[in-house]
Amino acid sequence: MSPEPRPPTVRTDRGRGRTAGILALLVAAVALAATASVLVGARTLDPATVWQALTSGAGAEADTIVHEIRVPRTVLGLLAGIALGLGGTLMQGHTRNPLGDPSILGVTFGAALAVVAAIHFLGVTALHAQAWFAFAGAGAAVVFVHAVASVPGRGPTPLTLALAGTAVSWLAYSVTSGLVLLDQSTMESFRFWRVGSLVGRDPSIIGPMAVVVLIGAVLALANARALNALALGEDIARGLGFRVARARLVGMLAVTLLTGITVAACGPIAFVGLVVPHLARSLVGSDHRLLLPCSALMGAALLMVADVAGRFLAPPGELQVGVVLALIGVPFFIHVVRRRRLFAL
Amino acid sequence: MTPTFDRPVLHTRRAFTAGPVALRLRPRLIGTCTAAALVLVALVGLNLSLGTVVLSPATVWANVVGLTYDDHFTVWQVRMPRIVVGVLAGAALAAAGAITQTIMRNPLASPDLLGVTHGASAGVVAVLALGGSYGAVSGPLAQIGAPAVALLGGLAAGALCYGLAWRSGIDGFRLLLVGVGISTALMNVTIWMLTLGEVDDTGRAMVWIAGSLNMRSWTDALPVAVALVLLLPLALVAARTLDALSFGEDVTRALGVRLETARTAALVLAILLAAAGTSAAGPILFVSLAAPQIALRLASTPRPPVLLSALVGAGLVATADLIARTFFGSAQMPVGIVTGCLGALYLIHLLVRGNRKGQA
Repeated sequence: MSPEPRPPTVRTDRGRGRTAGILALLVAAVALAATASVLVGARTLDPATVWQALTSGAGAEADTIVHEIRVPRTVLGLLAGIALGLGGTLMQGHTRNPLGDPSILGVTFGAALAVVAAIHFLGVTALHAQAWFAFAGAGAAVVFVHAVASVPGRGPTPLTLALAGTAVSWLAYSVTSGLVLLDQSTMESFRFWRVGSLVGRDPSIIGPMAVVVLIGAVLALANARALNALALGEDIARGLGFRVARARLVGMLAVTLLTGITVAACGPIAFVGLVVPHLARSLVGSDHRLLLPCSALMGAALLMVADVAGRFLAPPGELQVGVVLALIGVPFFIHVVRRRRLFAL
Repeated sequence: MTPTFDRPVLHTRRAFTAGPVALRLRPRLIGTCTAAALVLVALVGLNLSLGTVVLSPATVWANVVGLTYDDHFTVWQVRMPRIVVGVLAGAALAAAGAITQTIMRNPLASPDLLGVTHGASAGVVAVLALGGSYGAVSGPLAQIGAPAVALLGGLAAGALCYGLAWRSGIDGFRLLLVGVGISTALMNVTIWMLTLGEVDDTGRAMVWIAGSLNMRSWTDALPVAVALVLLLPLALVAARTLDALSFGEDVTRALGVRLETARTAALVLAILLAAAGTSAAGPILFVSLAAPQIALRLASTPRPPVLLSALVGAGLVATADLIARTFFGSAQMPVGIVTGCLGALYLIHLLVRGNRKGQA
């Protein structure tokens, strides 16, 4: 880490101005990405047509494109990005581990296991049914992880939470792979589910998803002060008057809701939840009251930009957003890691 | 960062001194190592005797030492190469995991984060899954080439991680983040390539990336055996130096450890061990992460003990292969999937037991 002196942590007016500037910039980035996501694609629409389609109707073809493809996809990207950004920050805060990402709680692979079991044993192939199995699987995995990680009477510690989550994730992943390998038709259905994507999913999930993400976001922001205290260690947080076990429970609930619904709607999208908190921390520091909103915005912007880029990278088809994140997001992330000063957790 | 291996060790230890050499004796670690080695030998024996044809322990022993040649083919050509590859690969991966976790001071770290396993997977999947339909490499050639491709892919990705994390020295935290980035990228590319290929090739590729011992012969065992014999002693020495790292990087420097040299050496060792293990049997799932954590809890040491981790890793793979062969028939179930289940269940058991005692 470079030896330049830390900036003073006292918030001055100038610091506040900078923060407001960063937030405004992020909001603008999200708006820009959303606009681009509605406008461009295999058939680029001009803004006037889109406006017409949204308000009154601009001919059958444009209407279909806007209402059934572009808008659901954009909203999905926005919600998923917010959810993953918040979920990742919460997870890194609670485990105090830079490798913490939402999937560490077992959410992703719990969901994957539920989906595969549903395909294999019940023959569920409809996407909207798979989505709810995924959500249920995510929830069940978190409850199990929490039970394994808890020291009786005190709730989980960062270390046990991270290890228990990883162990449960691997258990679910192994069983999932085993089922898939034993049954080729399940494999055929599953290998497409597990590439995270914003298209080809059932748009009817957007309504419930918006509600769940809203609840999750409120819980996450309510967790911010407790997370700041927990960063000093559990004992100090307790001494400061925070109820540690309850704070952890609220955090876990928020992560489960946010990540569970995202996995259900889009399949597993790795990387956003892991990387966005690090990028946000290098911009605004480690105060969770600021970090959480920043991560949400940054997650949404990153996911939508990757989705838009994916529409052009592999003509005539598209590249799934998970792959684009890997190809474009990773070099960008490594560049940031190399150039900027990092805040260890 | 999680204060993982920083548990203070207060009681003094008996030391063995001979001239300038002083060795601390750790009775519990020695005892656990011996026990683990005995269990491993027993497991290998079981693996040799069980299967479609069940041989009695006496028959196995007679064939192993060359008293009879009745079941020579079954013991020496079918079962022995397979279990030897499994044990060696498990030991190599687990030792690499122990070193990685010590360097990064993070219990979630594994050679996966050095890019090695994902690099190997990406290379092999590119050959296996795309070989059929994209006409790059034909099927049989791809089968022979898989270990070599894995070795190259793993080493290349490891070198890439190390190179990108280097910025006038290696910072543990930066290396971790770069490794996460590279691994995620390679993993996503792998998953994407799996959607491109034919479903049969995808199946073969998925068996490989879970880690499998099917059709392994003596030629697969040789490279990883050489790697272990050469590298494991070096790793034991390097790990001793890294003991000081548990106090934090600044204190370590102040204690006079040449941190960069020691860490670079240990990292290179971890990358080589992981690449050798992966090329022999695929990235056997979870062994490199779970075995060190299990070993640490068995021996109550402050950091993952390298030798015990290697023994635990080998034992884990031996047990898993026994289950994979006897319960799922001869061909279908890759050993990695069973190690994933076994390792996870055992780690969960240890965590719950530890929590009851009020320790992590």
